[in-house]
Amino acid sequence: MSGTGARENIFATRMALTNTKLRLKGAQTGHSLLAKKRDALTTRFRAILKKVDEAKRKMGRVMQLASFSMAEVTYATGDISYLVQEQAKSATFRVKAKQENVSGVVLPTFEVDRVAGSDFNLTGLGRGGQQVLRAKEVYAKAIETLVELASLQTAFTILDEVIRATNRRVNAIEHVVIPRLENTIKYILSELDEMDREEFFRLKKVQGKKKRTNAPPERPFEFDEPPINPEEGQESIDLLSSKDSDVIF
Amino acid sequence: MEALFFNVDSGFLEGTVRGYRAGILTQSHYANLTQCETLEDFRTQLAATDYGNFLANEPLPISTSTITDKATQILVDQFNYLRTNAVEPLSKFLDYITYAYMIDNVVLLITGTLHERDTHELLERCHPLGVFDTMPALCVATNVEELYQSVLVETPLAPYFRDCLSASDLDDLNIEIIRNTVYKAYLEDFYTFCSTLGSPTSDVMQRILSFEADRRTVNITINSFNTELSKEQRAKLFPAIGRLFPEGNNQLAKADDIDQVRQVCESVSEYRSFFAESSHLDGNGDDLSAVSQLEDRFFNTEVHLNKLAFLQQFQYGIFYAYMKLKEQEIRNLTWIAECIAQDARDRMQDFIPIF
Repeated sequence: MSGTGARENIFATRMALTNTKLRLKGAQTGHSLLAKKRDALTTRFRAILKKVDEAKRKMGRVMQLASFSMAEVTYATGDISYLVQEQAKSATFRVKAKQENVSGVVLPTFEVDRVAGSDFNLTGLGRGGQQVLRAKEVYAKAIETLVELASLQTAFTILDEVIRATNRRVNAIEHVVIPRLENTIKYILSELDEMDREEFFRLKKVQGKKKRTNAPPERPFEFDEPPINPEEGQESIDLLSSKDSDVIF
Repeated sequence: MEALFFNVDSGFLEGTVRGYRAGILTQSHYANLTQCETLEDFRTQLAATDYGNFLANEPLPISTSTITDKATQILVDQFNYLRTNAVEPLSKFLDYITYAYMIDNVVLLITGTLHERDTHELLERCHPLGVFDTMPALCVATNVEELYQSVLVETPLAPYFRDCLSASDLDDLNIEIIRNTVYKAYLEDFYTFCSTLGSPTSDVMQRILSFEADRRTVNITINSFNTELSKEQRAKLFPAIGRLFPEGNNQLAKADDIDQVRQVCESVSEYRSFFAESSHLDGNGDDLSAVSQLEDRFFNTEVHLNKLAFLQQFQYGIFYAYMKLKEQEIRNLTWIAECIAQDARDRMQDFIPIF
């Protein structure tokens, strides 16, 4: 039983047993915690996946609208790209990065910060100014969608990675660490039992011996015992003089 | 101008323009174009018109801007032909037409100089009609002061700049204000020039130019709502011609919202319809859509007035009208091409058919 499966290389002592049991307990707690974390992350992941899908569809629509509004501007005023490019002095559309904590995972989220700028709101003053304004609005919305999508996508990738790592850990604990600890415990238990049995047997032997020595010499077989040979004792002293034959395994 | 001698100098060119006019796309052409599924079809359809094979050598995914550029190039070629064959005072009249584009180009160069960019690459972005021989000379200027001087020396726009702006204004004012100030001066000057040509040119042109002036006035008013443009500055940008001038302009200068603009336009019967329907449709809810409808109506009226110019003979108005109609046609083509490229079929009919 103790031979099946991997186990830790450890001396089978009671101390080690206590330690190992503690570790097994720890591993089980860790496992359930990690599994909970994994579930929480997966729920979040699914929600984000749904949102990413929505955002992507929305982006398609919004970008189409935006480029169409650009076509309207071209229709009304002609090419304004250079003017707008040169007159834009400060960014009116900024992206702020924040952090969000989901079950111990730090996810960056991006937020839109719009400052009402008036850098080129006179563009198209004589003609098509309203179209320019509208294109500006529509594009701002399009970028908002893009930022939202970017934040979701980042969260998506990070969560994906973290979920995979957590999964690996959960599986490792479940299939490697816990069985090994269990095996170790079994091994220690069996060894201890074995030792117990040996001890028991030894004690029995000792008791038997004691009983025999203490018993009144009424036994008729007493003379059966070989008399102590004085030569034998001498031989044992000179143990090193003769050489043992080599042991071959 | 005497009808008797008109043909001596300008009869040939008038005939040419009337010939060109026959090449303007008609309703049935547009009907065909709007049926196109791809820009490839679009090109094939255009090949059957006067545009001919103007897109023949373009590499395949044709962009809408290429279409615009090529179509404009055709127009420019036609114009240059007219210009080289013209004699005074028609040549002067044709020059006046180019001034409008010249203003845009010079303003573009000013923008480049103000932001210390290399203005040479801007030359390519200039409108080909507004190119004049000495334009590269403007690129030599490194600061605004020099540029102002060279504009005065090198360009026909000198009087407009001299009278309206000083060199320091170029630095301080918003570029759009500069553009509109100069344009106002140009419109007024063109108007005066047309009246020196005498009837019937003056009749036709003054009608068109008055409308153009009014349109700018109304547009500037509407576009300057909620911007840093003060009312005094706004009043200075209004051309001192047109049917709204003077009392309409005064009221527009004080207007704060679109309803006031509407009231002012009520006083001119032709303009009354611009706001009538849109206000009826949207109530007071969506100003923006009302305004964009307004823009369409302006375009419509412009086309209408320009078409009227062809009804009279022995006058220069048709040259101007032809240019404007052709411009509108290029806009229409671009619009349809954009709609095809972006697959927005529901908006495709929003162009303004000419004939």
